Amino acid sequence: MTVAVPLSLNEAFDALSRTPDARLIQGGTDLMVEINFNHVKPVDVIALRRIKELRTWQVNSNNTITIGSGVPYQEMEVGQLKELLPALAEAARTVGSPQIRAAGTLGGNLGTCSPAGDGLPVLFALDAIVHLQSAVTSRELSIHEFMLGVKRNARHANEIITGVTVPILDGWQGYAKVGVRNAMVISVASACLAVDKKNNSVRIALGAVGPTIIRCRDAESWLVQQLDLTTATSIDTTIAQEFGRRVALESKPIDDHRSTAEYRRHAVGVLAQRLITRAYTS
Amino acid sequence: MSESIGNEMYTLRINGQDRPVKDAWVGESLLYVLRERLELPGAKGACEQGECGSCTVLMDGDAVCSCLVMAATAIGADIVTVEGLIEKDPSMATTADVIASQITDVQQAFITEGGVQCGFCTPGLIVAVHHLLDKNSDPTELDVKESISGNICRCTGYGRIFAAVEAVVQVRKASR
Ligand SMILES: Cc1cc2nc3c(=O)[nH]c(=O)nc-3n(C[C@H](O)[C@H](O)[C@H](O)COP(=O)(O)OP(=O)(O)OC[C@H]3O[C@@H](n4cnc5c(N)ncnc54)[C@H](O)[C@@H]3O)c2cc1C
Ligand code: FES
Ligand code: FES
Repeated sequence: MTVAVPLSLNEAFDALSRTPDARLIQGGTDLMVEINFNHVKPVDVIALRRIKELRTWQVNSNNTITIGSGVPYQEMEVGQLKELLPALAEAARTVGSPQIRAAGTLGGNLGTCSPAGDGLPVLFALDAIVHLQSAVTSRELSIHEFMLGVKRNARHANEIITGVTVPILDGWQGYAKVGVRNAMVISVASACLAVDKKNNSVRIALGAVGPTIIRCRDAESWLVQQLDLTTATSIDTTIAQEFGRRVALESKPIDDHRSTAEYRRHAVGVLAQRLITRAYTS
Repeated sequence: MSESIGNEMYTLRINGQDRPVKDAWVGESLLYVLRERLELPGAKGACEQGECGSCTVLMDGDAVCSCLVMAATAIGADIVTVEGLIEKDPSMATTADVIASQITDVQQAFITEGGVQCGFCTPGLIVAVHHLLDKNSDPTELDVKESISGNICRCTGYGRIFAAVEAVVQVRKASR
Protein backbone atom coordinates (compact mmCIF):
# COMPACT_ATOMS: atom_id res chain seq x y z
CA MET A 1 0.00 0.00 0.00
CA THR A 2 1.15 3.55 -0.70
CA VAL A 3 -0.07 6.89 0.55
CA ALA A 4 0.51 10.05 -1.48
CA VAL A 5 0.08 13.47 0.07
CA PRO A 6 0.11 15.90 -2.86
CA LEU A 7 0.34 19.64 -2.27
CA SER A 8 -1.52 20.70 -5.42
CA LEU A 9 -4.18 19.36 -7.77
CA ASN A 10 -1.53 18.77 -10.45
CA GLU A 11 0.47 16.65 -8.05
CA ALA A 12 -2.71 14.78 -7.16
CA PHE A 13 -3.39 13.98 -10.83
CA ASP A 14 0.22 12.80 -11.19
CA ALA A 15 -0.31 10.47 -8.25
CA LEU A 16 -3.63 9.33 -9.71
CA SER A 17 -2.02 8.48 -13.04
CA ARG A 18 0.66 6.43 -11.24
CA THR A 19 -1.91 4.61 -9.09
CA PRO A 20 -5.20 4.77 -11.04
CA ASP A 21 -7.08 2.62 -8.54
CA ALA A 22 -6.14 4.76 -5.56
CA ARG A 23 -8.81 5.77 -3.06
CA LEU A 24 -9.04 9.48 -2.38
CA ILE A 25 -9.25 10.60 1.21
CA GLN A 26 -10.18 14.07 2.38
CA GLY A 27 -11.29 14.37 6.02
CA GLY A 28 -11.28 10.60 6.46
CA THR A 29 -14.45 10.61 8.55
CA ASP A 30 -16.16 8.11 6.24
CA LEU A 31 -13.25 6.23 4.75
CA MET A 32 -11.26 5.64 7.95
CA VAL A 33 -14.25 3.98 9.61
CA GLU A 34 -14.33 1.53 6.68
CA ILE A 35 -10.59 0.94 6.93
CA ASN A 36 -10.55 0.58 10.73
CA PHE A 37 -13.23 -2.09 10.49
CA ASN A 38 -11.56 -3.85 7.56
CA HIS A 39 -14.50 -3.23 5.25
CA VAL A 40 -12.12 -1.55 2.84
CA LYS A 41 -8.47 -2.34 2.37
CA PRO A 42 -7.22 0.15 -0.18
CA VAL A 43 -4.10 -0.66 -2.14
CA ASP A 44 -3.21 2.99 -2.61
CA VAL A 45 -4.48 6.18 -1.06
CA ILE A 46 -4.19 9.78 -2.18
CA ALA A 47 -4.80 12.28 0.60
CA LEU A 48 -6.22 15.61 -0.50
CA ARG A 49 -6.01 17.43 2.81
CA ARG A 50 -2.94 19.50 1.98
CA ILE A 51 -4.21 20.79 -1.37
CA LYS A 52 -4.90 24.46 -0.67
CA GLU A 53 -6.93 24.93 -3.88
CA LEU A 54 -9.55 22.55 -2.49
CA ARG A 55 -9.74 24.24 0.91
CA THR A 56 -10.89 27.65 -0.28
CA TRP A 57 -14.21 29.14 -1.31
CA GLN A 58 -15.09 32.25 -3.24
CA VAL A 59 -18.00 34.47 -4.21
CA ASN A 60 -18.27 34.69 -8.01
CA SER A 61 -19.36 37.74 -10.01
CA ASN A 62 -22.62 36.07 -11.12
CA ASN A 63 -23.96 35.90 -7.57
CA THR A 64 -22.88 32.36 -6.93
CA ILE A 65 -20.44 30.78 -4.50
CA THR A 66 -17.91 28.09 -5.29
CA ILE A 67 -16.89 25.99 -2.30
CA GLY A 68 -13.83 23.77 -2.56
CA SER A 69 -14.40 20.09 -1.87
CA GLY A 70 -11.93 20.21 1.03
CA VAL A 71 -13.53 23.02 3.04
CA PRO A 72 -14.46 21.49 6.40
CA TYR A 73 -17.97 21.85 7.81
CA GLN A 74 -16.77 24.04 10.65
CA GLU A 75 -16.00 26.82 8.15
CA MET A 76 -19.54 26.71 6.75
CA GLU A 77 -21.06 27.24 10.19
CA VAL A 78 -19.65 30.74 10.63
CA GLY A 79 -18.85 34.05 8.98
CA GLN A 80 -19.69 34.98 5.43
CA LEU A 81 -20.51 31.46 4.31
CA LYS A 82 -23.14 31.25 7.04
CA GLU A 83 -24.54 34.64 6.07
CA LEU A 84 -24.78 33.84 2.38
CA LEU A 85 -25.79 30.19 2.67
CA PRO A 86 -27.76 29.87 5.91
CA ALA A 87 -29.22 26.47 4.97
CA LEU A 88 -25.75 25.05 4.43
CA ALA A 89 -24.63 26.49 7.76
CA GLU A 90 -27.59 24.85 9.52
CA ALA A 91 -26.91 21.53 7.81
CA ALA A 92 -23.19 21.71 8.61
CA ARG A 93 -23.99 22.38 12.24
CA THR A 94 -25.96 19.14 12.49
CA VAL A 95 -23.06 16.99 11.27
CA GLY A 96 -21.57 14.68 13.90
CA SER A 97 -19.59 16.54 16.52
CA PRO A 98 -17.03 19.36 16.57
CA GLN A 99 -14.32 16.79 15.85
CA ILE A 100 -16.19 15.46 12.81
CA ARG A 101 -16.99 18.98 11.57
CA ALA A 102 -13.34 19.98 11.80
CA ALA A 103 -12.38 17.15 9.45
CA GLY A 104 -15.44 16.28 7.33
CA THR A 105 -16.02 17.96 3.97
CA LEU A 106 -18.58 18.32 1.18
CA GLY A 107 -16.18 16.45 -1.12
CA GLY A 108 -16.42 13.46 1.20
CA ASN A 109 -20.19 13.81 1.59
CA LEU A 110 -20.48 13.79 -2.22
CA GLY A 111 -17.95 10.99 -2.56
CA THR A 112 -19.88 8.80 -0.14
CA CYS A 113 -23.25 9.91 -1.50
CA SER A 114 -25.35 8.51 1.33
CA PRO A 115 -29.00 9.61 1.14
CA ALA A 116 -28.55 10.58 4.81
CA GLY A 117 -25.61 12.90 4.02
CA ASP A 118 -26.53 16.27 5.48
CA GLY A 119 -24.81 18.39 2.84
CA LEU A 120 -26.73 16.81 -0.01
CA PRO A 121 -30.31 18.10 0.54
CA VAL A 122 -28.88 21.62 0.60
CA LEU A 123 -27.05 21.04 -2.67
CA PHE A 124 -30.25 19.58 -4.20
CA ALA A 125 -32.39 22.48 -3.01
CA LEU A 126 -29.90 24.96 -4.46
CA ASP A 127 -29.46 23.06 -7.76
CA ALA A 128 -25.73 22.88 -7.13
CA ILE A 129 -23.19 22.31 -9.86
CA VAL A 130 -20.53 19.71 -9.00
CA HIS A 131 -17.06 20.32 -10.44
CA LEU A 132 -15.13 17.23 -11.48
CA GLN A 133 -11.62 17.30 -12.82
CA SER A 134 -9.18 14.71 -14.15
CA ALA A 135 -5.64 15.18 -15.45
CA VAL A 136 -7.07 16.03 -18.86
CA THR A 137 -10.77 16.78 -18.48
CA SER A 138 -12.90 19.13 -16.50
CA ARG A 139 -16.68 18.91 -16.32
CA GLU A 140 -19.61 20.36 -14.47
CA LEU A 141 -22.52 18.17 -13.51
CA SER A 142 -25.80 19.17 -11.97
CA ILE A 143 -26.15 17.59 -8.53
CA HIS A 144 -29.32 15.96 -9.89
CA GLU A 145 -27.18 14.06 -12.42
CA PHE A 146 -24.30 13.49 -10.03
CA MET A 147 -26.10 11.44 -7.37
CA LEU A 148 -27.28 8.19 -8.94
CA GLY A 149 -28.48 6.16 -5.98
CA VAL A 150 -27.58 4.92 -2.51
CA LYS A 151 -23.82 5.54 -2.28
CA ARG A 152 -23.56 5.77 -6.07
CA ASN A 153 -22.48 8.78 -8.06
CA ALA A 154 -21.39 9.76 -11.57
CA ARG A 155 -17.73 10.42 -10.74
CA HIS A 156 -15.23 8.61 -12.95
CA ALA A 157 -12.36 6.85 -11.21
CA ASN A 158 -9.81 9.29 -12.62
CA GLU A 159 -11.71 12.35 -11.40
CA ILE A 160 -11.42 14.46 -8.30
CA ILE A 161 -14.42 16.40 -7.07
CA THR A 162 -12.92 19.87 -6.82
CA GLY A 163 -15.93 21.76 -5.51
CA VAL A 164 -19.54 22.84 -5.89
CA THR A 165 -21.15 26.05 -7.08
CA VAL A 166 -24.43 27.25 -5.62
CA PRO A 167 -26.46 30.43 -6.13
CA ILE A 168 -26.82 33.14 -3.52
CA LEU A 169 -30.59 33.44 -3.20
CA ASP A 170 -32.69 36.27 -1.87
CA GLY A 171 -35.15 34.62 0.51
CA TRP A 172 -35.28 32.56 3.69
CA GLN A 173 -33.56 29.19 3.74
CA GLY A 174 -33.05 26.53 6.37
CA TYR A 175 -32.33 22.90 7.17
CA ALA A 176 -34.01 20.59 9.64
CA LYS A 177 -33.20 17.05 10.63
CA VAL A 178 -34.73 14.34 12.78
CA GLY A 179 -32.50 11.92 14.66
CA VAL A 180 -32.55 10.05 17.93
CA ARG A 181 -30.74 12.77 19.82
CA ASN A 182 -29.22 16.18 19.33
CA ALA A 183 -25.51 15.64 18.84
CA MET A 184 -23.69 13.06 16.77
CA VAL A 185 -26.54 11.57 14.89
CA ILE A 186 -27.07 10.29 11.39
CA SER A 187 -30.29 11.64 9.94
CA VAL A 188 -33.50 9.61 10.12
CA ALA A 189 -35.16 12.20 7.89
CA SER A 190 -34.19 15.69 6.86
CA ALA A 191 -35.34 18.59 4.71
CA CYS A 192 -33.84 21.72 3.22
CA LEU A 193 -36.09 24.58 2.16
CA ALA A 194 -35.00 27.65 0.22
CA VAL A 195 -37.19 30.52 -0.94
CA ASP A 196 -36.11 32.27 -4.14
CA LYS A 197 -37.93 35.59 -4.01
CA LYS A 198 -36.55 36.85 -7.28
CA ASN A 199 -38.08 33.95 -9.19
CA ASN A 200 -41.10 33.64 -6.90
CA SER A 201 -40.23 30.01 -6.25
CA VAL A 202 -39.53 27.67 -3.39
CA ARG A 203 -37.26 24.65 -3.34
CA ILE A 204 -37.56 21.73 -0.95
CA ALA A 205 -35.27 18.71 -0.89
CA LEU A 206 -35.52 15.66 1.39
CA GLY A 207 -32.76 13.50 2.84
CA ALA A 208 -32.86 9.88 4.07
CA VAL A 209 -36.31 9.18 2.61
CA GLY A 210 -35.33 7.66 -0.73
CA PRO A 211 -32.38 6.21 -2.66
CA THR A 212 -31.30 9.71 -3.64
CA ILE A 213 -32.19 13.11 -2.26
CA ILE A 214 -35.73 13.97 -3.37
CA ARG A 215 -36.86 17.33 -4.71
CA CYS A 216 -40.60 17.78 -4.15
CA ARG A 217 -41.47 19.48 -7.43
CA ASP A 218 -45.24 18.98 -7.04
CA ALA A 219 -45.37 20.50 -3.58
CA GLU A 220 -43.13 23.34 -4.74
CA SER A 221 -45.39 24.29 -7.65
CA TRP A 222 -48.52 23.85 -5.54
CA LEU A 223 -47.22 26.30 -2.94
CA VAL A 224 -46.47 28.96 -5.53
CA GLN A 225 -50.14 28.93 -6.47
CA GLN A 226 -51.22 29.47 -2.86
CA LEU A 227 -48.90 32.25 -1.85
CA ASP A 228 -46.96 35.12 -3.36
CA LEU A 229 -43.55 34.01 -2.11
CA THR A 230 -41.97 37.37 -2.85
CA THR A 231 -44.29 39.56 -0.85
CA ALA A 232 -45.89 37.26 1.76
CA THR A 233 -44.99 37.98 5.37
CA SER A 234 -46.99 35.18 6.94
CA ILE A 235 -48.52 31.86 6.01
CA ASP A 236 -51.84 30.26 6.99
CA THR A 237 -51.45 27.18 9.16
CA THR A 238 -53.71 25.25 6.80
CA ILE A 239 -51.46 26.03 3.83
CA ALA A 240 -48.34 25.10 5.77
CA GLN A 241 -49.99 21.83 6.83
CA GLU A 242 -51.12 20.98 3.34
CA PHE A 243 -47.61 21.76 2.06
CA GLY A 244 -46.22 19.31 4.62
CA ARG A 245 -48.74 16.67 3.57
CA ARG A 246 -47.83 17.07 -0.10
CA VAL A 247 -44.11 16.93 0.64
CA ALA A 248 -44.61 13.71 2.63
CA LEU A 249 -46.42 12.18 -0.37
CA GLU A 250 -43.37 12.74 -2.55
CA SER A 251 -41.00 10.96 -0.16
CA LYS A 252 -40.04 7.34 -0.85
CA PRO A 253 -38.83 6.09 2.54
CA ILE A 254 -37.96 2.55 3.54
CA ASP A 255 -37.81 0.65 6.82
CA ASP A 256 -34.29 0.11 8.14
CA HIS A 257 -32.34 -0.15 11.40
CA ARG A 258 -32.69 3.58 12.03
CA SER A 259 -36.42 3.98 11.56
CA THR A 260 -39.59 2.91 9.77
CA ALA A 261 -40.88 4.17 6.45
CA GLU A 262 -44.08 5.34 8.09
CA TYR A 263 -42.29 7.43 10.69
CA ARG A 264 -39.97 8.92 8.11
CA ARG A 265 -42.86 9.96 5.87
CA HIS A 266 -44.59 11.57 8.81
CA ALA A 267 -41.37 13.26 9.91
CA VAL A 268 -40.56 14.91 6.57
CA GLY A 269 -44.09 16.29 6.43
CA VAL A 270 -43.64 17.85 9.85
CA LEU A 271 -40.20 19.21 8.91
CA ALA A 272 -41.55 20.77 5.72
CA GLN A 273 -44.40 22.39 7.60
CA ARG A 274 -42.02 23.77 10.21
CA LEU A 275 -39.56 25.08 7.65
CA ILE A 276 -42.16 26.92 5.60
CA THR A 277 -43.66 28.33 8.79
CA ARG A 278 -40.22 29.56 9.89
CA ALA A 279 -39.72 31.06 6.43
CA TYR A 280 -42.80 33.22 6.82
CA THR A 281 -42.59 34.19 10.47
CA SER A 282 -40.61 37.34 10.97
CA MET B 1 6.36 16.15 -7.34
CA SER B 2 4.64 14.59 -4.39
CA GLU B 3 6.23 11.59 -2.82
CA SER B 4 4.39 8.41 -2.09
CA ILE B 5 4.91 6.74 1.23
CA GLY B 6 5.16 2.98 1.02
CA ASN B 7 6.09 0.87 3.98
CA GLU B 8 9.24 2.83 4.61
CA MET B 9 9.57 5.38 7.35
CA TYR B 10 7.64 8.60 7.56
CA THR B 11 7.87 11.35 10.12
CA LEU B 12 5.15 13.07 12.11
CA ARG B 13 5.41 16.31 14.06
CA ILE B 14 4.01 15.50 17.49
CA ASN B 15 4.14 17.67 20.59
CA GLY B 16 6.81 19.81 18.95
CA GLN B 17 9.05 16.89 18.08
CA ASP B 18 9.74 15.04 14.85
CA ARG B 19 8.78 11.44 15.47
CA PRO B 20 9.78 8.83 12.90
CA VAL B 21 7.28 6.03 12.34
CA LYS B 22 9.05 2.86 11.25
CA ASP B 23 7.93 -0.50 9.93
CA ALA B 24 4.30 0.45 9.99
CA TRP B 25 1.47 -0.39 7.61
CA VAL B 26 0.69 3.01 6.04
CA GLY B 27 -3.07 2.57 6.42
CA GLU B 28 -2.84 2.71 10.22
CA SER B 29 -4.83 5.34 12.07
CA LEU B 30 -3.06 8.08 13.93
CA LEU B 31 -4.56 6.69 17.13
CA TYR B 32 -2.91 3.34 16.51
CA VAL B 33 0.43 4.91 15.60
CA LEU B 34 0.43 7.14 18.68
CA ARG B 35 -0.35 4.30 21.05
CA GLU B 36 1.35 1.30 19.51
CA ARG B 37 4.33 2.81 17.72
CA LEU B 38 5.23 6.05 19.47
CA GLU B 39 4.61 5.24 23.11
CA LEU B 40 2.01 7.95 23.48
CA PRO B 41 -0.88 6.02 25.02
CA GLY B 42 -2.78 9.10 26.25
CA ALA B 43 -5.33 9.08 23.45
CA LYS B 44 -7.69 6.18 24.07
CA GLY B 45 -9.45 3.98 21.56
CA ALA B 46 -12.99 2.95 22.37
CA CYS B 47 -14.96 2.93 19.15
CA GLU B 48 -12.54 3.64 16.30
CA GLN B 49 -15.38 5.21 14.39
CA GLY B 50 -15.43 8.81 15.54
CA GLU B 51 -18.32 8.36 17.96
CA CYS B 52 -16.74 8.61 21.39
CA GLY B 53 -14.04 11.28 21.26
CA SER B 54 -11.70 9.45 23.63
CA CYS B 55 -8.99 9.61 20.95
CA THR B 56 -9.20 13.39 20.48
CA VAL B 57 -5.95 15.19 19.58
CA LEU B 58 -5.19 18.59 18.14
CA MET B 59 -4.18 18.70 14.50
CA ASP B 60 -3.15 22.09 13.11
CA GLY B 61 -5.14 23.63 15.94
CA ASP B 62 -8.35 21.65 15.39
CA ALA B 63 -9.65 19.01 17.77
CA VAL B 64 -10.07 15.84 15.70
CA CYS B 65 -10.58 12.13 16.31
CA SER B 66 -7.19 10.51 15.82
CA CYS B 67 -8.92 7.23 14.96
CA LEU B 68 -10.22 8.90 11.78
CA VAL B 69 -6.87 10.30 10.65
CA MET B 70 -4.74 8.05 8.48
CA ALA B 71 -1.41 8.63 10.20
CA ALA B 72 0.69 8.72 7.04
CA THR B 73 -1.49 11.53 5.65
CA ALA B 74 -0.74 13.67 8.72
CA ILE B 75 2.82 14.41 7.62
CA GLY B 76 3.36 18.13 7.75
CA ALA B 77 0.65 18.65 10.36
CA ASP B 78 1.26 19.96 13.83
CA ILE B 79 -0.13 17.33 16.20
CA VAL B 80 -0.61 17.81 19.92
CA THR B 81 -1.70 14.91 22.10
CA VAL B 82 -2.88 15.02 25.70
CA GLU B 83 0.72 14.32 26.72
CA GLY B 84 1.77 17.50 24.91
CA LEU B 85 -0.55 19.74 26.89
CA ILE B 86 1.70 19.72 29.93
CA GLU B 87 2.83 23.20 30.59
CA LYS B 88 6.51 23.06 31.31
CA ASP B 89 8.31 21.24 28.56
CA PRO B 90 6.13 19.60 25.95
CA SER B 91 9.16 18.12 24.19
CA MET B 92 9.66 15.89 27.22
CA ALA B 93 6.19 14.49 26.82
CA THR B 94 7.18 10.97 26.00
CA THR B 95 7.17 9.13 29.26
CA ALA B 96 4.47 8.68 31.81
CA ASP B 97 6.49 9.74 34.86
CA VAL B 98 7.43 13.12 33.41
CA ILE B 99 3.83 13.79 32.53
CA ALA B 100 2.52 12.90 35.97
CA SER B 101 4.47 15.69 37.61
CA GLN B 102 3.29 18.43 35.29
CA ILE B 103 -0.47 18.32 34.91
CA THR B 104 -2.42 21.30 33.55
CA ASP B 105 -5.04 23.45 35.25
CA VAL B 106 -7.75 21.63 33.33
CA GLN B 107 -6.46 18.24 34.43
CA GLN B 108 -6.20 19.43 38.04
CA ALA B 109 -9.77 20.78 37.93
CA PHE B 110 -11.06 17.44 36.64
CA ILE B 111 -9.42 15.79 39.65
CA THR B 112 -10.56 18.37 42.18
CA GLU B 113 -14.14 18.51 40.94
CA GLY B 114 -14.47 14.74 40.62
CA GLY B 115 -14.77 14.76 36.83
CA VAL B 116 -12.84 11.51 36.52
CA GLN B 117 -14.28 8.11 37.33
CA CYS B 118 -13.03 5.24 35.22
CA GLY B 119 -10.98 7.82 33.32
CA PHE B 120 -11.34 6.33 29.88
CA CYS B 121 -12.97 9.42 28.37
CA THR B 122 -10.77 11.83 30.29
CA PRO B 123 -7.83 12.36 27.92
CA GLY B 124 -10.19 13.18 25.05
CA LEU B 125 -12.18 15.54 27.23
CA ILE B 126 -9.04 17.25 28.49
CA VAL B 127 -7.92 17.93 24.91
CA ALA B 128 -11.40 19.14 23.91
CA VAL B 129 -11.64 21.46 26.92
CA HIS B 130 -8.16 22.91 26.34
CA HIS B 131 -9.13 23.50 22.73
CA LEU B 132 -12.32 25.28 23.78
CA LEU B 133 -10.65 27.49 26.37
CA ASP B 134 -7.80 28.43 24.04
CA LYS B 135 -10.31 29.86 21.60
CA ASN B 136 -12.91 31.13 24.05
CA SER B 137 -11.86 32.21 27.53
CA ASP B 138 -15.42 32.91 28.66
CA PRO B 139 -17.65 30.19 27.22
CA THR B 140 -21.38 30.01 27.85
CA GLU B 141 -22.90 26.80 29.18
CA LEU B 142 -24.01 26.04 25.62
CA ASP B 143 -20.49 26.62 24.26
CA VAL B 144 -19.14 24.12 26.78
CA LYS B 145 -21.84 21.55 26.00
CA GLU B 146 -21.28 21.93 22.27
CA SER B 147 -17.52 21.69 22.57
CA ILE B 148 -17.68 18.33 24.32
CA SER B 149 -20.69 16.99 22.42
CA GLY B 150 -18.34 14.63 20.60
CA ASN B 151 -16.92 13.20 23.82
CA ILE B 152 -18.90 10.44 25.46
CA CYS B 153 -18.56 9.72 29.18
CA ARG B 154 -20.32 6.66 30.52
CA CYS B 155 -19.59 7.29 34.19
CA THR B 156 -19.88 10.84 35.42
CA GLY B 157 -23.16 12.07 33.99
CA TYR B 158 -21.23 15.19 32.89
CA GLY B 159 -22.22 17.39 35.85
CA ARG B 160 -18.76 17.10 37.41
CA ILE B 161 -17.14 17.76 34.07
CA PHE B 162 -19.09 21.00 33.61
CA ALA B 163 -18.11 21.95 37.14
CA ALA B 164 -14.45 21.34 36.30
CA VAL B 165 -14.62 23.53 33.20
CA GLU B 166 -16.37 26.27 35.15
CA ALA B 167 -13.69 26.09 37.85
CA VAL B 168 -10.90 26.55 35.28
CA VAL B 169 -12.71 29.48 33.67
CA GLN B 170 -13.04 31.20 37.05
CA VAL B 171 -9.43 30.61 38.05
CA ARG B 172 -8.12 31.79 34.69
CA LYS B 173 -10.34 34.90 34.87
CA ALA B 174 -9.13 35.74 38.36
CA SER B 175 -5.51 35.43 37.30
CA ARG B 176 -5.84 37.67 34.25
C1 LIG C 1 -19.04 9.96 14.19
C2 LIG C 1 -19.49 10.38 12.83
C3 LIG C 1 -20.62 11.15 12.69
C4 LIG C 1 -21.05 11.56 11.43
N1 LIG C 1 -22.16 12.33 11.35
C5 LIG C 1 -22.58 12.73 10.14
C6 LIG C 1 -23.73 13.55 10.03
O1 LIG C 1 -24.36 13.94 11.02
N2 LIG C 1 -24.12 13.95 8.78
C7 LIG C 1 -23.43 13.55 7.66
O2 LIG C 1 -23.81 13.95 6.57
N3 LIG C 1 -22.35 12.78 7.74
C8 LIG C 1 -21.91 12.35 8.94
N4 LIG C 1 -20.81 11.55 9.03
C9 LIG C 1 -20.17 11.10 7.80
C10 LIG C 1 -19.03 11.98 7.29
O3 LIG C 1 -18.52 12.79 8.33
C11 LIG C 1 -19.48 12.89 6.15
O4 LIG C 1 -20.01 12.12 5.10
C12 LIG C 1 -18.35 13.76 5.62
O5 LIG C 1 -18.88 14.71 4.75
C13 LIG C 1 -17.27 12.96 4.90
O6 LIG C 1 -16.25 13.86 4.51
P1 LIG C 1 -14.70 13.46 4.60
O7 LIG C 1 -13.95 14.56 3.97
O8 LIG C 1 -14.34 13.09 5.96
O9 LIG C 1 -14.72 12.16 3.65
P2 LIG C 1 -13.64 10.98 3.46
O10 LIG C 1 -13.85 9.93 4.46
O11 LIG C 1 -12.28 11.55 3.31
O12 LIG C 1 -14.12 10.46 2.04
C14 LIG C 1 -15.41 9.88 1.87
C15 LIG C 1 -15.55 9.30 0.47
O13 LIG C 1 -15.50 10.32 -0.52
C16 LIG C 1 -14.42 10.13 -1.41
N5 LIG C 1 -13.85 11.46 -1.62
C17 LIG C 1 -13.43 12.33 -0.66
N6 LIG C 1 -13.03 13.49 -1.21
C18 LIG C 1 -13.19 13.35 -2.56
C19 LIG C 1 -12.95 14.22 -3.65
N7 LIG C 1 -12.48 15.45 -3.50
N8 LIG C 1 -13.23 13.77 -4.90
C20 LIG C 1 -13.72 12.50 -5.07
N9 LIG C 1 -13.99 11.65 -4.07
C21 LIG C 1 -13.73 12.06 -2.82
C22 LIG C 1 -13.48 9.18 -0.70
O14 LIG C 1 -12.74 8.40 -1.61
C23 LIG C 1 -14.42 8.34 0.11
O15 LIG C 1 -14.98 7.32 -0.67
C24 LIG C 1 -20.33 11.16 10.29
C25 LIG C 1 -19.17 10.39 10.42
C26 LIG C 1 -18.75 10.00 11.67
C27 LIG C 1 -17.50 9.19 11.80
S1 FES D 1 -11.87 5.95 19.35
FE1 FES D 1 -11.88 7.69 18.07
S2 FES D 1 -13.78 8.55 18.47
FE2 FES D 1 -13.89 6.69 19.58
S1 FES E 1 -15.08 8.67 33.53
FE1 FES E 1 -15.61 6.72 32.76
S2 FES E 1 -16.19 7.19 30.71
FE2 FES E 1 -15.95 9.11 31.60
